[in-house]
Amino acid sequence: MSHTHVLAAVSRLDKVLIGLGAALAGLLLALPLFGSPLIVDKLTLLMIYIILAVSWNLLAGFAGLVSVGQQAFIGLAGYFVLRLAEAGMAPFPALIAGAVVVLLVAWPLSWFVLRLKAAEFAVAMWVLAEAIRSVIMFDPLVQGETGRSLVTLNAIDADLRRTAIYLMAVASAILVLAVSYRLLRGRLGGESQAIRDDEEAAGSVGVSTMRVKRTIFLISALGCAIAGTLWLASAITYQPRAAFGINWSVFMLFMVLVGGLGSFLGPVLGALLLFALQEAFGDFGAWYLTGIGCVAMLFALYAPRGIIGLITDRLGREPLSMRKELDVRSERRGR
Amino acid sequence: MLDTFFQALVQGTLLGGYYAIIAVGLSLMVGVVRFINLAHGDLAVLGALLTLALIQGAGLPVLAAIMVMLPLMAALGWFMHQTLFERAMRGGFLLPILVTIGLGAALQNGMFGIWGSNTRSLGADIGTLSWAGWSLPGGIIVGQLPVIIFVTAVLVIGALHLVLKKTRLGRAIRATAADPEAAEMCGVDARRAHRAAAAIAVALAALAGVFLAMRGQVTPYSGPAQLIFAFEAVVIGGIGSIWGTLIGGIILGVSQALGGLISNQASLLTGHLVFVAALIWRLGRSWAADHGGWRASVRAALAARGLRRNARRTGDLP
Repeated sequence: MSHTHVLAAVSRLDKVLIGLGAALAGLLLALPLFGSPLIVDKLTLLMIYIILAVSWNLLAGFAGLVSVGQQAFIGLAGYFVLRLAEAGMAPFPALIAGAVVVLLVAWPLSWFVLRLKAAEFAVAMWVLAEAIRSVIMFDPLVQGETGRSLVTLNAIDADLRRTAIYLMAVASAILVLAVSYRLLRGRLGGESQAIRDDEEAAGSVGVSTMRVKRTIFLISALGCAIAGTLWLASAITYQPRAAFGINWSVFMLFMVLVGGLGSFLGPVLGALLLFALQEAFGDFGAWYLTGIGCVAMLFALYAPRGIIGLITDRLGREPLSMRKELDVRSERRGR
Repeated sequence: MLDTFFQALVQGTLLGGYYAIIAVGLSLMVGVVRFINLAHGDLAVLGALLTLALIQGAGLPVLAAIMVMLPLMAALGWFMHQTLFERAMRGGFLLPILVTIGLGAALQNGMFGIWGSNTRSLGADIGTLSWAGWSLPGGIIVGQLPVIIFVTAVLVIGALHLVLKKTRLGRAIRATAADPEAAEMCGVDARRAHRAAAAIAVALAALAGVFLAMRGQVTPYSGPAQLIFAFEAVVIGGIGSIWGTLIGGIILGVSQALGGLISNQASLLTGHLVFVAALIWRLGRSWAADHGGWRASVRAALAARGLRRNARRTGDLP
């Protein structure tokens, strides 16, 4: 029996969904040609949400690593962009380089935090985010609480800037989705889900748990960093308190939990929902955020599989599932 | 120079008393219920704002307001455990983190919605206590309030120690912590023990919040920072140890006060660094324990490296 034939083929529904996704991506890329500036700005924010949700879900939903400190990478990325721009790098290359430089911090960090136990990891990440913020506040460039603008980016013509940032955001979101799809469908997806469900058992059947967890951790950190640079690019001003705020974690948690933890489509649905809620109720400020917290709590308690879980129950199977499904017929034929 | 150093040492130790009070409730929950409540700091702020409302709204004297607030917060802790935490705990280790961070966000913004964003303080309501101090020989001045907080911390932790060691409830809580199923079989109501622990933890958080508002100011968003301090004190002192939280709190307070000699920002940073150092040290210790002690494990690691290098040279292994 050969192992290559055991996994089920991509189902018809999934193929349709992938096709729809590709068409939607094409539409989004063409949007600046006919969309109004307001819509372009809003959709940039939506793309940032999607990137954040997918990145956090990689960590929590697939590797079982719940972190409430991913804002460390959002804040760091913004800071690095500012530093690189200050050193004379052109704004757009700086936006890309800033996100990549975050990996240089995330890599040594991973060596230490991934050895912590579940809940310790979660809170230790938060403390590390705070620690990194207090280190950054020492840099006079940031100007403490007032923050600092990305001046060179601000100098670019507003329409051009808006379109460029939007296209970067769409491209990044597509990239993050495509990369995580590829990885999760492949060996890494099986390995990480095995670790999530039982780390010791996964290790005992030959999964190199540390390597898998580190890979996922780094990809997730890069995703948050990309979102961080895009956010800085669209907000222009960098304020450490906002960039390292715990609200990022609350948003990521909300999107992933409500959409569906550990599913591929869930975070995207969650991002859409958060975006829609923000449009509808964002003006209520604190009460809106109270509602976000309460809804996240209710989903965690009463529907921990999120919207995707409800859809799965109705369809009988999860759309775009990353579970390893065995095809019983082909297995029989294989014998 | 030496004067300011000793002054910082004394202030830091006294500050540790505050950290111990907020940390001991967290430690109780982590150690006994195996539940990390990420809304612990927000509950502290809620206690402070509730006390303020009782004083300024209902016109109660300070001590009476605290006496009314503490049972209310304990009841809230009991209720939250019954309705939220128990259900979250059944869903594995992940769910409690998610539920309590959602709860924290709801509490922070709810308090903002009710009380607004103004910084509030109890300083004006406690009269001279907020600034009065005693002079010690050597030119060191200690504030009366920090001393009161420190003494309260020692009393609270001592009382908690006695409750856990001597009373029926304490035995039930400890038995449940050791083995919930075995405790149930011996007639202990494990759920009641957990709820009681949650009630104590929330009441202690609220007490800490009151002290925070007396020492300085609180806003609806002060909670997360307090949770981080509490968590740091718990980890530095050793997770699950009641007296350890006092030691952890003092170490955290002293390192912040010493960092504060450099600058305000440095004060927070030194606290975080001591926490990270404690965490790395504990990781290293457990790694060494797995390998037969520090000396043996370092020797083994070096030997393994030598073997690998030899193997690579001779081409025995990939």
